[in-house]
Amino acid sequence: MADNEDYEIVKKIMHIMRNAPHGTIYTYEGLEMILIMAAYDQDISVAFIDDGVYALKKGQDTEDLEIKGFSNTFKALDGYDVEKLYVDQLSLEERGLTEDDLVIDVEVLSSVEIGKMMAEQDVVVHH
Amino acid sequence: MKIGILVKEGPYNHQASDTAYKFAEAAIKKGHRIDAVFFYNDGVNNASKNMDPPQDDRDIGNRWVELCQKEKVQMMVCIAAAKRRGINDDVLIDCGEITGLGNLTDIAIRNDRLVTFGD
Repeated sequence: MADNEDYEIVKKIMHIMRNAPHGTIYTYEGLEMILIMAAYDQDISVAFIDDGVYALKKGQDTEDLEIKGFSNTFKALDGYDVEKLYVDQLSLEERGLTEDDLVIDVEVLSSVEIGKMMAEQDVVVHH
Repeated sequence: MKIGILVKEGPYNHQASDTAYKFAEAAIKKGHRIDAVFFYNDGVNNASKNMDPPQDDRDIGNRWVELCQKEKVQMMVCIAAAKRRGINDDVLIDCGEITGLGNLTDIAIRNDRLVTFGD
């Protein structure tokens, strides 16, 4: 589709982070996907729900895991024009977390609001 | 409808790979077009030609090859995910192509739907 090569089409693409940052690779490889997609001038958003909210928690120490920490990489999203970052309020509360525990500024929304946004997307990718 | 498929789990270990294949088969039967299958996370293992399942089991690797050859569905494997898991051109199924996440973005943009199969 040659006419798509110029990315004249802007699609709404939402990435859902719903796993803890370590234990599986989903969050890390999900972040890699977001960073690549961000270069394509699409309408990208990221929603953190369930254990996904832990990905943004301050003070992660991954040294003993022998895994490179990547919570700071979320801070780079802003530089890639990925500014629509949503966190599910109930998921935070259930884990005893508040917005102040997170490494970046996010918009805290209710599950209903996040669900509504999901419904408006062209593409939703779960990680 | 033109559809792209994203597979995020490995063959045999997880049903996602089977469901993705069955979905593609059913969609084609209904007259839809499957544009491409993109393998990510452990899903890249779907693109290994070294799979050698018992004879009475389904041959997942071959199924993808047949889907590609019969229905002209592109089979793409994320290079970063593949490198981590030892998937390279030497072990790649016929039709398979090791490529970047940019191609997944293209798939998302040019299709009516991108359907994800994962855990």
